[in-house]
Amino acid sequence: MKLHEIAHSRAGDKGDTSNLSLIAYHRDDYALLERHVTAERVRAHFAGIVHGEVVRYTLPHLGALNFVMRDALSGGVTRSLALDAHGKCLSSLLLALEIPDR
Amino acid sequence: MMKSLRIGGGAGYSGDRIEPAVELAANGKLDYLIFECLAERTIAIAQQAKMRDPAAGYDPLLEARMRAVLPLCAQNRIRVVTNMGAANPRAAAAKTRAIARELGLPDLRVAAVDGDDVLEALLAGDYRIADNGEPVASLGERIVSANAYLGVQPLVQALAAGADVVITGRVADPALALAPLVHEFGWRLDDWDRLGQGTVVGHLLECAGQITGGYYADPGRKDVPGLARLGFPIAEVAEDGSVVITKVAGSGGMVTVGTCSEQLLYEIHDPAAYMTPDVVADFSGVQIVEEGPDRVRISGGRGKPRPASLKVSIGYVDSYVGEGQISYAGPGAAARGQLAIDIVEERLQLTGARYSELRAELIGMNAISGQMALPERTGEPSEVRVRIAARTGSLQEATVIGNEVEALYTCGPAGGGGATRSARQVVAVLSALIPRDLVRPAVHFEEPQDETA
Repeated sequence: MKLHEIAHSRAGDKGDTSNLSLIAYHRDDYALLERHVTAERVRAHFAGIVHGEVVRYTLPHLGALNFVMRDALSGGVTRSLALDAHGKCLSSLLLALEIPDR
Repeated sequence: MMKSLRIGGGAGYSGDRIEPAVELAANGKLDYLIFECLAERTIAIAQQAKMRDPAAGYDPLLEARMRAVLPLCAQNRIRVVTNMGAANPRAAAAKTRAIARELGLPDLRVAAVDGDDVLEALLAGDYRIADNGEPVASLGERIVSANAYLGVQPLVQALAAGADVVITGRVADPALALAPLVHEFGWRLDDWDRLGQGTVVGHLLECAGQITGGYYADPGRKDVPGLARLGFPIAEVAEDGSVVITKVAGSGGMVTVGTCSEQLLYEIHDPAAYMTPDVVADFSGVQIVEEGPDRVRISGGRGKPRPASLKVSIGYVDSYVGEGQISYAGPGAAARGQLAIDIVEERLQLTGARYSELRAELIGMNAISGQMALPERTGEPSEVRVRIAARTGSLQEATVIGNEVEALYTCGPAGGGGATRSARQVVAVLSALIPRDLVRPAVHFEEPQDETA
């Protein structure tokens, strides 16, 4: 299944760094997120878009993960040539990532 | 009974809707109304405006917002804190005083907070750009502005001196809400845990409708009622900083654990170390609990001592960008779009156009998702929109890019339509750190007696 089935996400940006939250609708599903949505997995998912390291922070009591992705925004919102210079849409692209069904 | 404070989040960005703030001022039973209107780059562009006109350089919607809310704020004894001063808080305060007088509010006390402009101090020292390690001096004449992120101290000072409206330039966004909390509850500026939880409150309010269901809807997964009449947030804050987020009854949107979770984690990077001028806030132990319909309690923010340096946002003229777009539809649309890109790239070579970076894409296919374009897709798109953007060293060079795209009308593939072109200067932002003691915030009151009516 896609992450979209069990989680939601919002993107933020600071300079050339993108920050994606990933929040389970139900806290019971957090374990699945923690197991399958690793920093490596997210980096591979965004190949060609994210060029730097991806760091994952865990917030189990909120059922959430937080990903910080460096060198991800073509120089950042103030100079990027991209249509979505903030990388706001990256949150929805994250939800296209496939994980095994429950 | 324990004292509590009601703060409304009246704007989440410069162009935000105005009616939700009016609704908050009228029916929110507020003590404070804050407006966050200053994005990272906005202050540099405002500085350019101020260089052209010394009375300019503040938020373009300041007048409209103040006219809409000041009568209600005066009537309901609501104090306003905002960063709409941008590059010129004093001019913004003078304008606000003039508006207040016109509205029949001659006694309204308006304070400007400035001192965030540290360009001179930055150029006088030997500082490095945090993003790339280069000396700040390497930006040379291209520097437009340098503004330090101020903390709550000058805002608290203005409130203690009796300001009804406090107008700042660059301050940390959460400070707009943290300052009223420090002022009203008498929190010490080294009570790190309270400042940490107060920063949670500020962070939850700073994007306004993004915590009340705005920017949240995903039909079928996350349905949100009434987004066309979205209500903006109210924070009911207790003396210990714990907060309930709610909104005006009957307004659109919703406040849920989901909406609050998205806003809490919004661009905070390391949840255990959210850096602000006032405290290194720790959101890692925050609890979010639904108390009732549209009422969510958030508690457990903590803090560690504030950093010794302040972050400075440096605005500079980075480059110019030229862009052109044109659409193709029907059978072979993608092939004609790609041919259009090939033609323009060859033309730019043939004519010796100068650019340092070029991006060419087909919107409706891969402009957003790049290499991640849906792999299962086998059919052709029914239309594509060519977009070609390039970075150049001058406006004239940037103009060439869009012109080459537009000329596809007569010299390109069949059936191109809707060509557009643009060329613009790019003011970009980098950051540096400077010692806190080099930054001298100042509070200036626009007094009624200063004015010659």
